[in-house]
Amino acid sequence: MFAQLISDIGSLWEKYGSVYLNGIANTLILATVSTLIGCVIGFFCGILQTIPCGPNENVIKRVLLKIVRIVIRAYVEIFRGTPMILQAVFIFYGLPYFFGVSFKDIWTVSIIVVSVNTGAYMAESVRGGIMSIDQGQFEGAKAIGMNHWQTMLYVILPQTLRNIMPQIGNNYIINVKDTSVMFIIGFSDFFAVHKMVSGAVFKYFPSAFMEMIGYLCLTLLASFLLRKLEKKLAGKPDYELVNTDQLVMTAGTYSYPSEAGSPFDEVSKDYKGEKK
Amino acid sequence: MSDHILEIRHLSKAFGSHAVLKDIDFTVDKGDVTSIIGASGSGKSTLLRCINLLETLTTGEILFHGQDVTKGKINQSSYRAKVGMVFQSFNLFSNMTVLANCMIGQQKVLKTPKEDARNKALYYLNKVGMAPYINARPDQISGGQKQRVAIARALSMEPEVLLFDEPTSALDPEMVGEVLDVMKSLARDKMTMLVVTHEMAFARDVSSHVVYMADGVIEEEGDPSVIFTNPQSLRTREFLKRILGD
Repeated sequence: MFAQLISDIGSLWEKYGSVYLNGIANTLILATVSTLIGCVIGFFCGILQTIPCGPNENVIKRVLLKIVRIVIRAYVEIFRGTPMILQAVFIFYGLPYFFGVSFKDIWTVSIIVVSVNTGAYMAESVRGGIMSIDQGQFEGAKAIGMNHWQTMLYVILPQTLRNIMPQIGNNYIINVKDTSVMFIIGFSDFFAVHKMVSGAVFKYFPSAFMEMIGYLCLTLLASFLLRKLEKKLAGKPDYELVNTDQLVMTAGTYSYPSEAGSPFDEVSKDYKGEKK
Repeated sequence: MSDHILEIRHLSKAFGSHAVLKDIDFTVDKGDVTSIIGASGSGKSTLLRCINLLETLTTGEILFHGQDVTKGKINQSSYRAKVGMVFQSFNLFSNMTVLANCMIGQQKVLKTPKEDARNKALYYLNKVGMAPYINARPDQISGGQKQRVAIARALSMEPEVLLFDEPTSALDPEMVGEVLDVMKSLARDKMTMLVVTHEMAFARDVSSHVVYMADGVIEEEGDPSVIFTNPQSLRTREFLKRILGD
C-alpha cells in the first residue's frame, strides 16, 4: 500500500517536480509580500484610529476623525466578515463589470486581495497592541515635545510591533495556507498545481499527500523563523558597561553627584558659556 | 515684560463635577527651586500635569514668558520641549537604550544633528552618573538609575524649567538618595525646577520657595524657612506636624 503511494509520488515528482516547486515559490512570495503590505495597512489604520481627539479640538478635525474612524471600521468589518475567496471574485470580476477596468496581471489582483484582507485583521491587532502600551510611554514622549506621529513612529509602534509579533506570525501562517483560494481567479499557487496535475493524471491522493507535507513544511519553517525574529526584537539579554568612549567617565570612579557636588558642575558652566 | 518664566493664573481643573484645582495662582522665576508639598489628593500632581499640558485645564491660563500656552495648538510641542518633565514612574522608552532615550527628543524635536545629540546626551548622562550604562535598556537597570536617566533625558533637551512629579515616590528608600543628590546638584547649577515632593528635607533645605497645597487650593506659600518654622495657616501647621512627626 505504502509502496504504491511512494512510487506514485515518485513518478509525480519526476514529471511535475518543477511545477510543484514553482507553486511553492508563488505561494511563499504571495503570502510574504501580502503579509508585509497587510502589516503596513494595519499599522496605518492603527495610527489613524488612535489620534487623540479631545472635546477642545476644532470642529473640522473632529468631523474628519469621526469619518476616518467610520471608514476604517467599515473596512475592517467587511473584509473580516466575508470569505477571501469571494473577495477575490468580487475584485477580479466585479471591477470590469462596473468600471470596465480589468486586471491583466493575476499577481496584482492576488496581492491586493490578500493584503487588504490581512490588513483588516492587522488593524484590529495593532489597535489592541497600541491600547496595551502603558500610558506613561505616550506621556513621556509628549513631555519632550513629540507630536502624535513622532510618538507613534519612534516610541509606540516599535513596542507594539514587538507585542503583536505572535499575531503577525499567525496571520503569516494563515496566509501561507489560505492563499490557496486564489486558484479561483487563476493564480498558480501550490494548491492550484495540485488541481492541475491531479486533473491531468488522475492521481488525486498521492498529489494531495504531497501538498499536505509541503504546506506543513512551509508553515513549520515559517514558525521557526518567526520565533527567531521575535527573539531578535526582544533585544539583547545583557549589556556591557562602556568605559572606553572618551566622553564616558570610567565606571566606578564616579557614581552620582555627592554632597560636595558633581565633578561636572564646573564643566557645565564652561559648556553653557561656550555655547553662547 | 516680566522676567517670570512661568505664570499660572486662575487655573482650575475639574474632572467631571469634581473640582481638583481651584483658582491656582503662582509664578516661577528663573533659578527658582519651588517645592510643592501637601497631602495625597490635594491636586499637586494634577497641577504639574496641567502645567505640562498633559491635562487640559478647565479655566485659567499658563503664561510662558508672558505668552499663553493653553490656546492655539501650534506651539504646544515647542513649549513642552522647553519645559522638561520627570515622572514618578520614569516613563523611559522601553524600546530604546539609555543613550537613545536621551537622543531621540533632541534629534526629532529639536532636529539636532546626531553627533551633537550624542555628545549632549553623554554630557548629561555623565552628570547624573549613568554614562557607562548607555547600552542598557530601561528594564535592565534599577529604579534609581532609571530615574537618573529620565532626568538626563529631560536635561538633554536643555529645558528652561524642569518639572518633577514625585520623582522619588516609586523608589526603594536606598535609591531615593541618589536621585535627590542629582536634583541638589541641579539646584546648585541654578536650574529652574518645580518639584512635587513628599521629601520634606529636600523642600526645606534645597528649595528657594515652598508651596503648600490642600484640597485643590494653595493654602500657603513662601520661603522654606518661614513655612517650616513658622507656618501661618493652621492646616499647614497640622500637615507639617503630621509629616515631620514632632
